[in-house]
Parts: sequence; C-alpha cells; structure tokens
Amino acid sequence: MDIRRRGILKAGGGTGVLALATAAGLLRPGAAFAQQWNKAAFETKSVADTLKALGGSGSTESAQIQITAPDIAENGAVVPLTIESGIARTQTIAILIEKNPNTLSANFEIPEGTDPFVTTRVKMAETSNIYAVVRADGKYFHAVKEIKVTLGGCGG
Amino acid sequence: MADPMRIRANMAGDKVEVRVLMSHDMETGQRKDASGAVVPAHFIQNVTVTHAGKTVLSAQWGTSISKNPFMHFRFKGGKPGEKVTISWVDNKGERRTDEVVIGGG
Repeated sequence: MDIRRRGILKAGGGTGVLALATAAGLLRPGAAFAQQWNKAAFETKSVADTLKALGGSGSTESAQIQITAPDIAENGAVVPLTIESGIARTQTIAILIEKNPNTLSANFEIPEGTDPFVTTRVKMAETSNIYAVVRADGKYFHAVKEIKVTLGGCGG
Repeated sequence: MADPMRIRANMAGDKVEVRVLMSHDMETGQRKDASGAVVPAHFIQNVTVTHAGKTVLSAQWGTSISKNPFMHFRFKGGKPGEKVTISWVDNKGERRTDEVVIGGG
C-alpha cells in the first residue's frame, strides 16, 4: 500500500502548473460545479428528514442495493463503504449515517455511462445503521446495514 | 494550497476504473483542540469528475467523509491516453483541480 502511494505522489507532482493557473484566475473551476451544495440536506438529523431534504417523500427497501462494509469498525474515523445499485437508471446514491450528528454523509450523482457503484470512507461517531439511498427514475430505494464502532470518529 | 490529489485511472475491460485520494483535513467542526476551543469545520463540499468535457461523477459531501478522502468508481467511454479531471471545492472556497491520463488495463 505505502509503496503504491509513493508512486502516485510522484506522479501527482506534475499537476502544480494547473494549480497555479487556477490560483491566478486563468481557469475557473467554479464553473464546473453546476450544482450547489444542499445545505438543508446536510444539516438534517434523522433519516426521514434527510430523505425529505433530498426530495423524496418515501423510500422502498431494495435487495438490489448492496452495502459492502465491515460489520465491526475498530476505528470510526475511517470506515470503508462500497455501495452498488442494481436498480436500472440509478441517478443518485446517498450515504446516511443514522446516529451521526448530521445524518447525511454524501450524495453522489451518477450520470448515464457511469456504473451505479461507489466506494468511499466515512466517519462514524458510534455504532449505527448506515442507509444507502438510491434515486432511480425519480423513485427512492434504500438498503440498510448496521456497523458496530469500537472507537468513535467524530468528537475527540 | 492543498496537496495534489493522487489519482489512478486504468482500463478494466471497457470501463475506466478511477481511484482518487485527496489531501484534506475534513474537520467536522465538532472537535476541540488542546485548549478546548472548537476547531472550525473545514471540509470538501463538492467534487466533480470530468472526461472529454462530460461529467462522469459529481458528489456533495458533508463533514462525515473521512480525512484525506478516498473515492473509487467506474465509467464507460474512456480510452487509454485520454484525460480524467477531478476538482473539489471546500466550505472555505479553497479548491483544487488535478488530472490524470488513463492507463492501460
């Protein structure tokens, strides 16, 4: 793992020029962010409120959504999660952590041509249910998995 | 200026497999420092991945994405030698854009 990381670190060195151009205002990366940050959704404190803030009124549990994650996370600061949806026309995948101070962790937009699959790492304050909420063809579906946390990753 | 992202993009069959590791503290705004003062929230809010002028993934993140965020996904339509560009912007308006050339499988 470490050796690979070094390699990528070196490979990344050449991108500094682009960063300078960005800093100088030659490029406007802001233009690439067509969507805004959904502040209301990220401030919600329950699964039902988050769903509402994301635009859903209800959600159906679906066996076609797979959450791959450890059953027990020793370190709540870094919990790896993979979410894969087998539902046709999956448009977004959201990660909700029920017992975190703020429920919504991430919302991924999946355009056509991109697999309805994403892996990331999240922080968990305590043992909690994780909800993967998928919007497909305008409808909402979810799967749930409990992850036990030995050491919380939010406070400190 | 944040450190460069570490990006890998390689062909896996007819799809491009992208792995990215960003360098960011992802402060939750709930942690306290040694003197008891709350460390203000500082976290990436938007991530956009583009290929050939088309967005292949975009994400909105909250404070509960882990420090030095990692992301892995796949998209169709890329070829070796083409570029994948990833940008993020955080809640303080700091931003970073990096790109990588797609490698063979």
